[in-house]
Amino acid sequence: MASAYSKDLLLTMYRKMYLMRRFEERTQQQYGLGKIAGFCHLYIGQEAVAVGVNEAVRPDDYMLSGYRDHAQPLARGSHAGMIMAELFGRTGGYSKGKGGSMHIFDIEHHFYGGYGIVGGQIPLAAGMAFASRYRNEDRITVCYFGDAAANQGAFHETLNMAVKWKLPVLYICENNRYGMGTAIARVSAVPEIHKRGAGYNMRHEAVDGMDALKVYEAVKDAAAYIRAGNGPVLMEANTYRFRGHSVVDPATYRSKQEVEDERKNDPIPRLMHYALKEGLAKESDFEAIENEIKEQVDEAVKFADESPEPSLDELWRDTIVEEGEEDVRPRARVLGEKVDNWPSYPSGKDLKVTWDLEPREQAEKADKAAGLKS
Amino acid sequence: MAELMYREALNQALAEEMERDANVFLIGEEVGRYQGAFKVSQGLLDKFGSARIIDAPISELGFTGLGVGAAMVGLRPVVEMMTWNFAILAMDQIVNNAAKLRHMSGGQLRCPIVFRGPGGAGGRLSSQHSQALESTYAHFPGLKVIAPATPADAKGLLKAAIRDDNPVVMFEGERLYAIKGEVPEGEHVIPLGKADVKREGKDVTLITWSRMYYFCEEAAKQLESEGISVEILDLRTLRPLDEEAILASVRKTNRAVIVEEGWPLAGVGAQVVDIIQSKAFDDLDAPVVRVTGLDVNMSYAANLENAIQPDAPKIIAAVKKVLYREGA
Ligand SMILES: Cc1ncc(C[n+]2csc(CCOP(=O)(O)OP(=O)(O)O)c2C)c(N)n1
Repeated sequence: MASAYSKDLLLTMYRKMYLMRRFEERTQQQYGLGKIAGFCHLYIGQEAVAVGVNEAVRPDDYMLSGYRDHAQPLARGSHAGMIMAELFGRTGGYSKGKGGSMHIFDIEHHFYGGYGIVGGQIPLAAGMAFASRYRNEDRITVCYFGDAAANQGAFHETLNMAVKWKLPVLYICENNRYGMGTAIARVSAVPEIHKRGAGYNMRHEAVDGMDALKVYEAVKDAAAYIRAGNGPVLMEANTYRFRGHSVVDPATYRSKQEVEDERKNDPIPRLMHYALKEGLAKESDFEAIENEIKEQVDEAVKFADESPEPSLDELWRDTIVEEGEEDVRPRARVLGEKVDNWPSYPSGKDLKVTWDLEPREQAEKADKAAGLKS
Repeated sequence: MAELMYREALNQALAEEMERDANVFLIGEEVGRYQGAFKVSQGLLDKFGSARIIDAPISELGFTGLGVGAAMVGLRPVVEMMTWNFAILAMDQIVNNAAKLRHMSGGQLRCPIVFRGPGGAGGRLSSQHSQALESTYAHFPGLKVIAPATPADAKGLLKAAIRDDNPVVMFEGERLYAIKGEVPEGEHVIPLGKADVKREGKDVTLITWSRMYYFCEEAAKQLESEGISVEILDLRTLRPLDEEAILASVRKTNRAVIVEEGWPLAGVGAQVVDIIQSKAFDDLDAPVVRVTGLDVNMSYAANLENAIQPDAPKIIAAVKKVLYREGA
């Protein structure tokens, strides 16, 4: 039987996963050299999730994440050199070096940031999804968060509202089984995070997060459901981080055996083997990609290295919007490229809000059920 | 000009701005069908519908963050806090997200949102419901903080706040909602960051904001009968502070008393003292005096509650002190 997937899709996924992997290996190395500092959380091992999700949604769907956020924008098509420059704290970075590892923002690619407070991005995603409904856009919002974030109040408060108001948002819990050094099962009444959706009447499901194609299929289906106006979905991608919580964490809380076993599931060779087995690609296709990526990552490091530190004047910019001030378009600022995918929003004058969040009859029915007169 | 209550002035500002710009919506507990816990949103649900006047569940962190997310992609939310006491639960979203989005994104994002609701003490509500928390928010770069005293200012500042492209934290006076004042109709917008001389005087400047303004007026009237001419500077905006107005008034009267409802330590008044002593030291004829709430938790007992808060007699005593009058 012929594969359901095109060669193009498989190679695109492979290319992106391979880029994430090599990029982050170089990140670790550059950290060791002292060029990167601060907290720096690697995504190595979890690549199937970012690529599976990204290929299943539209490039103009909104996306945001936690602090483990180098890889998801790479999947979106962000510039590797500009991400590396951000990690270096240089002016060529997406945020001019002001955000660093935990705060990658690439608005041109609709990547609305990495956030350092565990769970803090979860309500933001609901707000972005709210805005899409308010403006009658059919875009969805994809929000990544970790298993430990699911124990935050922000998660529970937001799920409740998202379902009640049918917000077009996909919550992707990347369950890598640890929140820093704490195994999720040790601190969670329900360690299968997706089951928590049931408490909010929310569509919920788990997926093998080490298999890019399974993630892709699950997200395609979920995204269609959300786009059709059915409300949010909670998806738990069961995955594993091969490295410590951050680059300085030796991860001694896990057994060698556990990590070795999980490494057998490495999503990158897994996708390659599938493509080879299905006869969709040849060894040489992968070799070509790998060589290209190595060069791209070398260039990214060089780009970051050559980018100057921000000037001290930058301290006084980008905190308060002054009247008439334009927003910064990083690609135009750094690469001199024209930006035509910068989001534009309808002015209040052209906007017609037709959505009824709580139709009158519904509210009156609820009142009646509660024994109130309307 | 119409005489309106403070809450009606706010209601008018909301209605006008929502009419003017469909990106504006209001979210909060009891803002819709209940018509507002303090009736600020009275009648708005009927006018604008349930997608724009949104009854939120009791999830301060959640719905505040939802507002911030909506602002990140171009809407202009107004998030009503039932009172600022409960907004402490939402502080992460205001401080860690709204205030920092522009910086962390290197200028890519803006966050045009207003967080508003009643603040301040009184009404025999004890410690958890009776706090003036504005100095807390005034601490954070990335936020603007406003606290109007009069109905006209409430309208003008709220309209400006909704149009501002930055996150604005607005403290309304819980005990001011029913006070009345003349309010200009229609396009009445007061620029953020501008203090207002509410009373001209020669001998001493009272620097204050929000409800404390009324105690200052009361004190000024009494002092006037004793031959002391008092200037009252209502800061209106606490971040950014109107340094020019503070310095101009102090240079004129050469004496200053700061009246602040909140606690003394790290209060806004402490910053005002710093501005004065570092930029107008030579103009001072006496050390600046602060009248603040006492450095204790709010009590339920009526006499304790009164003792904790500033009032006209305390202000009068402070004025006499800076004037080196006896009895101070
Ligand atoms: C509110 C908050 N508490 C604690 C931390 C410190 N911290 C950073 S990451 C982390 C673990 C989070 O784990 P999880 O959400 O599962 O994400 P993962 O790291 O596994 O991707 C902790 C405790 C934080 N950043 N924010």
